[in-house]
Amino acid sequence: MKPKNQRFILVGAAIIAVLVAVLLAMWGLRERASYFYTPAEIAAGKAEQGRGMRLGGMVEKGSVQRGADGITVHFIVTDGQARTPVIFRDILPDLFREGSGVVAEGQLRGGTFYADKILAKHDERYMPPELGNLSAEHKAAKTLTK
Amino acid sequence: MIAEAGLAALWLAAGLAALQFVLMIMALRSHIDAARTMRSIAAVQGVLTLISFGALLFVFARTDLSVALVFENSHSAKPFIYKVAGAWGNHEGSMLLWVTVLAFAGALLALLSRRTNERTLVAALGAQAALALGFYAFLLVASNPFARLNPAPLEGRGLNPLLQDPGLAFHPPTLYLGYVGLSIAFSLAVGALLTGDVDSRLARAMRPWVLGAWILLTLGITAGSYWAYYELGWGGWWFWDPVENASLMPWLAATALLHSVSVLASRGALKAWTMMLAVIAFSMSMVGTFLVRSGILTSVHAFAIDPERGTFLLALLAIYVGAAFTLFALRGVTLKEGAPFELISRESGLVVNNLLLSVILGVVFLGTLYPLFVEAVTGEKLSVGAPYFNAVAGPLALILAALVAVGPLLRWRSDSRPILKRLTIPALLSASALAMTIIVAPEIGILPRLGLTAAAFLAAACWLPLVGRNPLRTPLAIWGMVIAHFGIAVALAGMAVDSAFTRQTLAVVKQGETLSVGPWTVELGDVVPTAGKNWTAIEAEIHASRGQGLETLKPQTRYFTDPPTETNEAAIETFWNGQLYTVIGKPDASGGWQVRLWWKPFVTLIWLGGVLIAFGGALALVGRAWRGWRSKRDRGWRERYA
Repeated sequence: MKPKNQRFILVGAAIIAVLVAVLLAMWGLRERASYFYTPAEIAAGKAEQGRGMRLGGMVEKGSVQRGADGITVHFIVTDGQARTPVIFRDILPDLFREGSGVVAEGQLRGGTFYADKILAKHDERYMPPELGNLSAEHKAAKTLTK
Repeated sequence: MIAEAGLAALWLAAGLAALQFVLMIMALRSHIDAARTMRSIAAVQGVLTLISFGALLFVFARTDLSVALVFENSHSAKPFIYKVAGAWGNHEGSMLLWVTVLAFAGALLALLSRRTNERTLVAALGAQAALALGFYAFLLVASNPFARLNPAPLEGRGLNPLLQDPGLAFHPPTLYLGYVGLSIAFSLAVGALLTGDVDSRLARAMRPWVLGAWILLTLGITAGSYWAYYELGWGGWWFWDPVENASLMPWLAATALLHSVSVLASRGALKAWTMMLAVIAFSMSMVGTFLVRSGILTSVHAFAIDPERGTFLLALLAIYVGAAFTLFALRGVTLKEGAPFELISRESGLVVNNLLLSVILGVVFLGTLYPLFVEAVTGEKLSVGAPYFNAVAGPLALILAALVAVGPLLRWRSDSRPILKRLTIPALLSASALAMTIIVAPEIGILPRLGLTAAAFLAAACWLPLVGRNPLRTPLAIWGMVIAHFGIAVALAGMAVDSAFTRQTLAVVKQGETLSVGPWTVELGDVVPTAGKNWTAIEAEIHASRGQGLETLKPQTRYFTDPPTETNEAAIETFWNGQLYTVIGKPDASGGWQVRLWWKPFVTLIWLGGVLIAFGGALALVGRAWRGWRSKRDRGWRERYA
């Protein structure tokens, strides 16, 4: 290969790599980014059924019920305007509490949210990021550094 | 006193960095000889930052609560090792560690670098000083680790219990050494672009730094992955969390750079390309630091409310990356293209490696920053997690793993031999691996299935570069390459087997009742309270058996009071063919306990692979250093006795 052609090909390859990365990312993000919803938004029908998403709010006081198998948990997430029932089949995180903030990952089927994962406050100071403006503890929010 | 001494050392170091930068400009403009002076200044700067960091360790070790940082992040009742490690388990302390490594690396460059062209070294030391200056300013203005409290409080607030783990003592410093070690590659590239001396000599000077930083990043990521695996109790080893991606991105760039710098060193080709990657690699380190340290991940709003630190870091990032890219745009085009090569050649193979790594880096970068971008623009909140990263980066990584087998077989410059013929045996092996997974486990997903296939192919093919060589005479660098590539196959096999064959059981059991998971039968024994120095816990005894022998595992739920927190301490038992992973959950009203069990066949291969990759890198580093030393000695003898 002539040096000039070689440079041309290398620059071309680099540009193509960047384009491929951008196109792949756009394709992947359109399908797979999961949006964050509050119960009010779900009540308003903004959330798409069956797609991966996050639900955030407060665990309603007195709403937590354990199923007969000892594992399945039913509870209600509220943001003061609307309520969304949640079903979760796993060990609840350490600091999951009634009346405190929670973010659930999962899908909406019918009016019920099937959670795969619950992110609760990790310690007294940690808040799931999305709950920042739902809570008075906002300013004390602190990232969990791993 | 100690805290003030630490702060003073930091100010002095900042002053020296400014002087070093000014000297660089003067030296480059008027050809005065500043190299010796700059070497000494850089060395003193390194010592001063070490003193400063030592002072921080000291106040943490003594739990000197009059220092605000100690009050906020420590507690007198904490075990000693976590008191010391707590020094870098917080924002200010970890930024001080960052700067210390930056200055220390600069000092090493100044003291050790004999191969570089003098003018390029001067320019590189100046660039390193400019980098350090920005981060000194950040510490002194926005993140002073030595600020005092008056009056001193009686007790500290304690350290996040998740961080009270031996992992903390090892993981962040290793990662930081890797992150910041890349700054030397960045500074050398900037220096060479300034002086125009981009050649194989520069590449040979740059290579040990890239290799060293890359080894440490590999170890740091591997350790971090294992830490998250056992400490979080979620059974996963990689969560595509932005903090994890922040360490993966520099690693991807450094891996690409490592390969292209070899082309430049051996063949004098890919000049502009390598300089670009050197700039990108450290830029990714800075992006990672920005993501983790600015608070932007907590929420874009938190960033907007307390913008000082984030804006400062963002400005530093913009200035350094912007300046380096501008310099590259001005000077990169004037670089002569290096030695030519044909389409089928080792060089082309490494270009393909670089392109694939860059595409993976690109999709990880875009996926990590997309939520921040969307929230900043539209206010909409979203998250990007495993479904995106696995689907987009996974297949690319598999293609790359398969090509890793081919590249090392190619000759430099041009190769017209039938390469594919040499790959017959690995190809047959991987085809039978594929057939076996289809017969034995028809239900597993496509990605793990192809992962196993690619792993089998690479595990066999990676040894081919040794065929026809005397193993004792083969240079260590070749051994290093082979072992690192074998490590990729091992890690890939572990990931594929883990995602395909992990068995999970989750149930409520009473004492004496049994559960089964994979080949194991598991019985819940006593559940008793226990206590450590700063925690109390509920500990379960779990008896596990698969035919013969009885294993006892003791998972705990720990309760910390400062700050009030619960953590799950998983109990993990390692066997040659996998790990049994147990977690104890909550009690229910009838006296049963939630128990979660995982049987993870061959999961340890993931981290073993990571260690092998790093070990391969270390072999190459040692082998090259030894050769360099020996050839220098031989030259010395020839000169003396000729």
